[in-house]
Amino acid sequence: MTAPAWIPRKRRGAEFFLTVLAVVIGIAAYAAVGLGAEGRIPADTYKLGLGLIVVAVATHLIVRRVAPYADPVLVPLVIALNGLGLAMIYRLDIGRQQIDPTRQAFANGQLVWTAIGIMAFAGILILVRDHRRLQSLTYTFGAAAIALLILPLLPHIGRSINGARIWINLGPFSFQPGEAAKVCLAIFFAGYLVVKRDALALAGRRVMGVDLPRGRDLGPILAGWLISIGILIFQNDLGSSLLFFGLFVVMLYVATERAGWLLVGAVLFAVGAYLSYLAIPHVQVRVDAWLNPFADPDRNGQIINGLFGLAHGGVLGQGLGQGSPQLTPFSFSDFIGASMGEELGLTGLMAILVIYGLIVERGLRIALTCRDAFGKLLAAGLAFSFALQVFVVIGGVTRLIPLTGLTTPFMAQGGSSIVMNWAIIGLLLRISDQTRRPAPEISTFDRDEETQVVKHA
Amino acid sequence: MSELTLTLIKLGFLAVLWLFVLSAVSVIRSDIFGTKATPAPRQARPKPAAKSRKPSRGVPTKLQVIDGPNMGQSVPLGDAPILLGRGTDAAIRLDDDYVSTRHARFATNGEQWFVEDLGSTNGTYLGSQRITSPIPIGIGIPVRLGKTIVELQK
Repeated sequence: MTAPAWIPRKRRGAEFFLTVLAVVIGIAAYAAVGLGAEGRIPADTYKLGLGLIVVAVATHLIVRRVAPYADPVLVPLVIALNGLGLAMIYRLDIGRQQIDPTRQAFANGQLVWTAIGIMAFAGILILVRDHRRLQSLTYTFGAAAIALLILPLLPHIGRSINGARIWINLGPFSFQPGEAAKVCLAIFFAGYLVVKRDALALAGRRVMGVDLPRGRDLGPILAGWLISIGILIFQNDLGSSLLFFGLFVVMLYVATERAGWLLVGAVLFAVGAYLSYLAIPHVQVRVDAWLNPFADPDRNGQIINGLFGLAHGGVLGQGLGQGSPQLTPFSFSDFIGASMGEELGLTGLMAILVIYGLIVERGLRIALTCRDAFGKLLAAGLAFSFALQVFVVIGGVTRLIPLTGLTTPFMAQGGSSIVMNWAIIGLLLRISDQTRRPAPEISTFDRDEETQVVKHA
Repeated sequence: MSELTLTLIKLGFLAVLWLFVLSAVSVIRSDIFGTKATPAPRQARPKPAAKSRKPSRGVPTKLQVIDGPNMGQSVPLGDAPILLGRGTDAAIRLDDDYVSTRHARFATNGEQWFVEDLGSTNGTYLGSQRITSPIPIGIGIPVRLGKTIVELQK
């Protein structure tokens, strides 16, 4: 009868300690890269160090001020990943410019994007004081998501890079609206499913021990499937379509508690994957490179290089700045997982994966303890999309599944990804602050006058 | 930079990385591995009702109507649940227009009495709180049904 009493604790002290450790990791990684690659600590270490400290102190103070009960480990975990990513991009800049000095350096740009990301994080925490407000904007977010997905297809604005038409020009920058669409879609799905979940869950028939939804309730899932297939066909973006579809199916499952949706989703995914394999040559190349990379070393050079890099790294890695991850094309974005594996080894890559796992665990924990259905669904959806993204990209690099173009959250070079992932963390912290906050105290003294349904003498 | 120093830096960095991961785990340890179940001493168990109201300890023997049209009526407590309402099957037939036919039920599990609302129109209140699930109640805590107030007494 006595449930263990939940004592609300802020744990901001623990967060501060972890943040200090995370900053130390970032600065140490940067210094180690300089020592390993050039034999000296980079002259601007103090600059990066100061930048990281300012960023860490700023986020810490913002969280203390506007979300005092928020989860204590999310921000330090993310700062550690971000610091590692920055150091690795800097390391790859050095390596790639040794091969060809005219190549573009990305580290500074990434630092600027990180700062923008933290501003987005702070902006969300300050502007969204209660995540339930977002529920009233359900369809606005849905429309925004569709608009963002269509943007890259428009002439002049849209831009095609490496065969995928998922970028838009934003002055001197290019931006991937798909990343922002992911967050908008998660909010839309959460808002939509909170309203519709009873119809989806309660009507249906049982086939072979699995509750299957009614035919007419299949409408939304079919729409989700068509949108993701549309993205795949028109934008040639395998990763995003997989991510959106997975996000939708899992949120349906969480909302309705019906395993039938997972079954339907898996069947639709299999059909879609097989059809796109038959119809799209680009997909055939990817599957081929996955099953048999060494049959065509010229074409599959990237994934072969990545595998060699991982093997070169071994258990303890070559040490930061001492491997040669720069030989792999896109070692700074798609293949940053392999670059990490080469220089930090299995030990370091495992630590990074555990950090990702902990972020997902925190997200799901927030969903479990959240008191309102919308927050539950949103947190579960964001956490799952994060998990799926890490699985797809790391699985692709390590040849567990065919390679698709998704970014490694917080580490890969790319502005839109880092900004939107910080925004996701902002949303999760907001929900968790609401969740972990102590419930308003209920006083037991009589309030007869207020509660009396009918006033009497 | 000698080979040895670089190796030491490499190993040191990995160690710091794992130290960070393990400290993060230790902060959220209770979430991952569950809370340690320590049998709390009896007095330490929080009793919110006891704190504010100080009901007399002991076993309640009767359910007394202390306000409303049926004021003064009471029913002795046994092991069987007690139904309150305007219906004929109620233990106390309340002549209160704002009470439902089958309004609320008092039941015991042998050591503790609970009050449960049976889907009444106007609700059953504990203080200012409308109850939605069976709530344990102690002696001397007024429960409101419509215009009627009842409490457990010794």
